[in-house]
Amino acid sequence: MGLSLDASIALVALAPFLAAILAPFIHRLAGSYSAWILAIVPAGIVMLLIRLAEPVIAGGTIAAAIDWVPSYGLTLAFFLDGLSLVFALTIAGIGALIVLYSGAYLKGHPHQGRFLAYLLAFMGSMLGLVLADNMLALFMFWEATSITSFLLIGFDHNRQAARRGAIQALVITNIGGMCLLVGAIVAQHLSGTWLLSELRGLEGVLKDSALYGLVLALFIGAAFTKSAQFPLHFWLPNAMEAPTPVSAFLHSATMVQAGVYLLGRMTPVLGGTSVWTGVLVAFGGVTLIWGALGALKETDLKQILAQTTIASLGLLVLLIGLGSEAAIAAMLVYFVAHACYKAGLFMVAGAVDHEAGTRDITALGGLADKMPVTFIGAALAALSMVGLPLTVGYFAKEEMYLALVGGDWLMLVVLALLVIGNALLAGVALIVMIRPFLGDALPTPKSAHEAPVAMLAGPILLGGAGVVAGLLPDWLGHDVLAPGATAILGHAVEPHLKLALDLASPLIWLSALTWLLGIVVFRQAHAIRTVLRRLSAGLGWSADTVFDAVMFGLIRFAATVTRALHHGKLEFYLVVVFVALAVALFWPMLALGGLDWIVPTAELGDWSKRLVLPELRPYEWGVVLLAVLGLLAVLIAQSRLIAILSLGIQGTALALIFLLFGAPDLAFTQLMVEVLSVVILTIVMTNLRLDARDHRPFEDWARDGTLAVVCGAGVSLLLMLVLTGTLDTRLSDFFTATSVPIAHGANIVNVILVDYRGFDTLGEISVVMGAGIAILALLRRRKKAEGAGP
Amino acid sequence: MNTVIFRTAAPLIVATMLVFSVYVCLRGHNEPGGGFIGGLIAAASIAVFGMASGVPAVRRALKVDPLAIASFGVLLAGFSGLLSLFIHAPFMTSIWLYLELGDTTVPLSTPMFFDIGVYFVVFGTLSAIALALESDHEEDL
Repeated sequence: MGLSLDASIALVALAPFLAAILAPFIHRLAGSYSAWILAIVPAGIVMLLIRLAEPVIAGGTIAAAIDWVPSYGLTLAFFLDGLSLVFALTIAGIGALIVLYSGAYLKGHPHQGRFLAYLLAFMGSMLGLVLADNMLALFMFWEATSITSFLLIGFDHNRQAARRGAIQALVITNIGGMCLLVGAIVAQHLSGTWLLSELRGLEGVLKDSALYGLVLALFIGAAFTKSAQFPLHFWLPNAMEAPTPVSAFLHSATMVQAGVYLLGRMTPVLGGTSVWTGVLVAFGGVTLIWGALGALKETDLKQILAQTTIASLGLLVLLIGLGSEAAIAAMLVYFVAHACYKAGLFMVAGAVDHEAGTRDITALGGLADKMPVTFIGAALAALSMVGLPLTVGYFAKEEMYLALVGGDWLMLVVLALLVIGNALLAGVALIVMIRPFLGDALPTPKSAHEAPVAMLAGPILLGGAGVVAGLLPDWLGHDVLAPGATAILGHAVEPHLKLALDLASPLIWLSALTWLLGIVVFRQAHAIRTVLRRLSAGLGWSADTVFDAVMFGLIRFAATVTRALHHGKLEFYLVVVFVALAVALFWPMLALGGLDWIVPTAELGDWSKRLVLPELRPYEWGVVLLAVLGLLAVLIAQSRLIAILSLGIQGTALALIFLLFGAPDLAFTQLMVEVLSVVILTIVMTNLRLDARDHRPFEDWARDGTLAVVCGAGVSLLLMLVLTGTLDTRLSDFFTATSVPIAHGANIVNVILVDYRGFDTLGEISVVMGAGIAILALLRRRKKAEGAGP
Repeated sequence: MNTVIFRTAAPLIVATMLVFSVYVCLRGHNEPGGGFIGGLIAAASIAVFGMASGVPAVRRALKVDPLAIASFGVLLAGFSGLLSLFIHAPFMTSIWLYLELGDTTVPLSTPMFFDIGVYFVVFGTLSAIALALESDHEEDL
C-alpha cells in the first residue's frame, strides 16, 4: 500500500463522501447493481480498519492530521483508539450490509442513486465523528450527521409525515449540535487544546474548574438530544417515516449512538463525579423503562423497534453513568450486541413490509413457512436481544448485572430497574420474533414470499455475528472490550469474559429471572398494550404535542416580530434611519463636549469675529452659488423630474468643489454617481406613474424638514469639528511614501482600493453584485405581478 | 426624450463613453480613474443607449447578460488574488510582470486584473438594474 498507516484513517472518514458524490453516476450506469458496487467502499473500510486494529488492540493509538487553519493551530485531526475502533467497525460493517439492502429495498425507485448518495454521505459523517480528534471537526461531522439524516428521513418528501419527522429530528439534534459547539469552545478555553486525545490527559482541568457544571450540561445536552433520552426522545419514533434501510442504519448503530460515543469519549474528563453519575443514571433509567413500555404499546413493527432503541439508548447512558470497569465493559458489549440485533430486526421488519405489504403485528402471522430465511434472521437477532447464552446479548446482560451486584441499596434499585427493563425488552423481542412468523397464517395485502438475497444478507449475517461473537468470548473480551474500555477509562482493563454457566453465582439467577419476566410480558402483551394505551390516552398530551406547540409558537412569534419591524412603509423606514443618524451624530458631540468650541471665547468677544467668510476666488463662489441654487430648486420644484434634476445640479456643483480643491478621483466618482442617480431616479419615477407632485400634510412636511435640517447641521458640525483638530497624517504619510516603491502606482486612492485594501474591495464588489441580484429579483416580482393582473 | 437627434447621437455618445471608460479604468493606477469610475461611466453609457434604442436592442448588442458580466468580474477579482498562491505568498499579494514590446514596457499586474474585475462588477450590476428599470415588459428582464 502506498499510503502510510496513519494517513489511511483520514481516508476512512473521507472515502464515503467521495463514494456519495459518485453514487448518482454509478446508479445511472449500473442501475440496480449500483448498490453492489457501492458496498465495496464500506466493505473496504472494514478491511482497512481490521488491518489497523492490531496496533490499537496492543494499546496504541493511530493519529493523522491535515492542516486546516495553521495560523490558529487548527488541524483536521483524526485518531483511532479502542473506542473509535469499535464504533467505526460497527458503522462500516453494518453500513456495507445496509447499502446492499437498500439496493434491493428501493429497486426501481427513480431516486435510488440519490438515496445511496445520502446514505454514503451519512456514513462518512458518522465515521468522521467517531474518528475525529479535533473537537471542531467532531462538531462539523456531528452536524453533518444531522443534515444527512434530515435528508434521509425526509427522503419520501411528498408525504407530510416524512417532512415533519425530518424537521423534528433536525431541530432537536441541532439544539444538541449547538450545545456541543459551545461546550467544545468552553472546554478549549479551559484546557487550551482542541484535541480530544490531549484533553484526555488533562484529567483535572475541566472537573476542577468553576465552569464544570456548564461544560457538563452542554455536553450532556448534546448527547441526550442525539441519543433520544427522555424527555427529548420523541423525534426518534417520528423518524421512522424514513425508508426502512435508513431506520436500520441510523437508529440502531450509528446516528443515535453518537451521543453514547460522546459520553464515552468525555468520561475521562467529565465523568466520575456525583452529578455525572446521578444525571446519567436517572435519565438513562427513565428512558429505559419509558422506551420499553412504549414498545409494548405499539403494534407497528418499526415503531416497536424504534421504542426499544430508545430503551437501549437509555440503558447505554445508564451504564456510562455508572462508570465502573464492569459497567463500561457491559456498555461496549451491549453496544455491539444491540447494533447487530437491532439493525438485523429493522431489516427483517423492512423485508416483511416489502414482501407481505404490512408491518402491523396484529395483521401478520405464520410467515415462517413462506419466508423461512427471514425468520431465521429474525430469530437469531431476537435471541440475542433476549440474551440467551451463546449469543453476545447474554454477555452484555451478564456484564451489566455484574457491575451492580453487591453494591449498596441505590445500586440494588438500579439493578431492579435493569432487570425490569431487560425483561420488558425480552418480551418485546419474543413478540417481534413470534407474532409475525409463527401461529396461524393470516391473509396479507401482498402474497408473501422470500425476500431477495441482498435483503437477507443483512439479518442473517448480523444475527450470525451475534451468535459467533457469543461463542468467542475470549476474542470479544480481548479485541473489543479491553481496548474500548481502556480508551474510555484511561487505564488498562483486563478482559474477563468467559462462557461458563456457574449456578452458584447470582448472575445466572438474575438472567433467569429476566427471561421468566420476559415470557410473562410476552404472554400478557395484549393486556399490557390495552392498559398502556388507555393511560396515554388519559394523559392527553405527549412530548410530541409540546414540540408542535413550541414550533407553532415560534413561527407565530417570528411572524409578529417581522410584521412589527418589516411593515413595508418606506416612509417610516427612512424616518428611523435618519433619526438614528441624527442621534449618532449629536450624541458623541454633546456627550464629549465637542460643541464647546462654538461658544465664542472671552478673547474673541462676540460672534461676528468668530464667523469669518472664507477667502474664495470669484469662480469658486460661483460653484457654491450653483450648489445653493440647486438645493433651492429642489425645495420649490413643482414636478418630480425637476426636483431630481435640481438635486443633480447640486451634486455636480459638489463634484466641481472636489475638483477645485484637489480631489480629482473623488470629483470623478461623484460626477458619475450623480449622473447615474439622476438617470435611474428618473426612470424609476416615470415608471411609477405618480401624480406630478403629491400634496403632503403639513405635519409630514414639518417632520421631514426638521429631520433633514438636523441631520445636515449634524454632518456640517462634525466636519467643522474634525477640521479644528490637528489631522493625524500617519496613514496618509505611509501611503504617500510607499505607494510608488512597493505598489508601483502613483494614484494613492486607486492603489489603496486595489492593493493595500484589496480584500475589502473584494468584499464590497461581492456586496454590489448581491445587491444587484436582490434589486433584479424585486423588479421581476413586481413585473410578474403586473403581468398576471388584468 | 425619444427624439431623432437623441437617437442618432446616442450610439456615438455610447461608443465614446465606452472607450473612455476603458481608458479611465486602465490609467487608474497612476492617474485619476480606476475600475470603479470606469464601470460607472460604462454603465451610464448603457443606460443612455437603453433610453435611445430600447432595451431589447441593447441586450442584443451586449450579447451577454449584464449580471453574468458582473459575476465574471467577481470571479476575475477573486482569481487575480489567488494567483499569488503559486508563488507561495499570502492571498492577494500583488505580482508584477514587465513585458518588453518593442521600445515600450507594458506593466502587467494582478492589481490591474483585480481592477478590471471591479470594472466588470460595477458595469454589469448597474447596467442590469438600469436595463431592468427601463424595460416595460417582463420578457426583457
